[in-house]
Amino acid sequence: MAESAAEVQKHIRTYLVVFVALGGLTALTVAVSFIHFGTAGNIAVALIIASVKASLVAAVFMHLISEKQFIYGVLSLSAFFFLLLMFVPVLVHDDSTRTKWHPPAPIVETHTVDHVS
Amino acid sequence: MSAEVLPYTVKPHPVSGLYSGKMGIWLFLASEVMLFGALFSTYIFLRVGDPAWPSHEETHLSIPIGTINTLILITSSITMVMAWASCKMNNIAKAKMWLTVTAGLALAFLVLKFSLEYYPKIQHGNVPSKSTFYAIYFTMTGLHALHIIGGVAVIAYFIGPGAKLWKTDPEYYTNRIECTGLYWHFVDLVWIFLFPVFYLL
Repeated sequence: MAESAAEVQKHIRTYLVVFVALGGLTALTVAVSFIHFGTAGNIAVALIIASVKASLVAAVFMHLISEKQFIYGVLSLSAFFFLLLMFVPVLVHDDSTRTKWHPPAPIVETHTVDHVS
Repeated sequence: MSAEVLPYTVKPHPVSGLYSGKMGIWLFLASEVMLFGALFSTYIFLRVGDPAWPSHEETHLSIPIGTINTLILITSSITMVMAWASCKMNNIAKAKMWLTVTAGLALAFLVLKFSLEYYPKIQHGNVPSKSTFYAIYFTMTGLHALHIIGGVAVIAYFIGPGAKLWKTDPEYYTNRIECTGLYWHFVDLVWIFLFPVFYLL
């Protein structure tokens, strides 16, 4: 890292702005969770806010906004496989071939009465 | 042991442009993305396949506690970055102060998580074996809590014995704090997703 003390001092203001933004977004995500946009809508809103927060942390606190090519290379690989993983349940989930799960039948005490005759 | 054992602890490697620690921690974090990615994928799989997924009222996960813990972790992220910035500005006393605050916040997170969430859940018999929900809830938040514990251990090391390095090689120490920070922000980042997934959705 080649940053001088003066540059770091400048960054601190950015860190504080991001910190306030993260707090605000946390409040926002909690507030909107009480509004009903439908299941898909609520999931979308919550994940979009979480992604914005995560991007802020990664870009500013983790300095990804100005990193070396090597890290971007490694992370794009991770991102690709991560997205692939997220799609696995969607690809596997197929109602047409799905067998319904039935809870196991309760164990009933059975008395063998065969020999009592 | 001479400095030759670990080259490029301060100077960037000519090929990657990174000092070794940073390259190492990013490779590790890339593997962590896959670890948590697999669990998030599992979560989606279990949830979409379970018609009896419990509602908020049934899970009894407290949104206020979750929110406070989120704010605690976000705050600990800024104190962590302040510790690194203090090292950069040549102020080890301040750096140690910020590291201590970070570790304190991490412990506060754990105390809230264990005393107000895990403990009452377990007391009510809501253990991982009770349902798919509790199984994935304890697995994911438990793994995250283990990461917090690991982070506290590393931060404590750099406040204590690890701080000796500052006297001999302050730049190396600063880089190690930066790597610790990268890990710590990642742990915060995971929680940013865990919070809405378990508490809000």
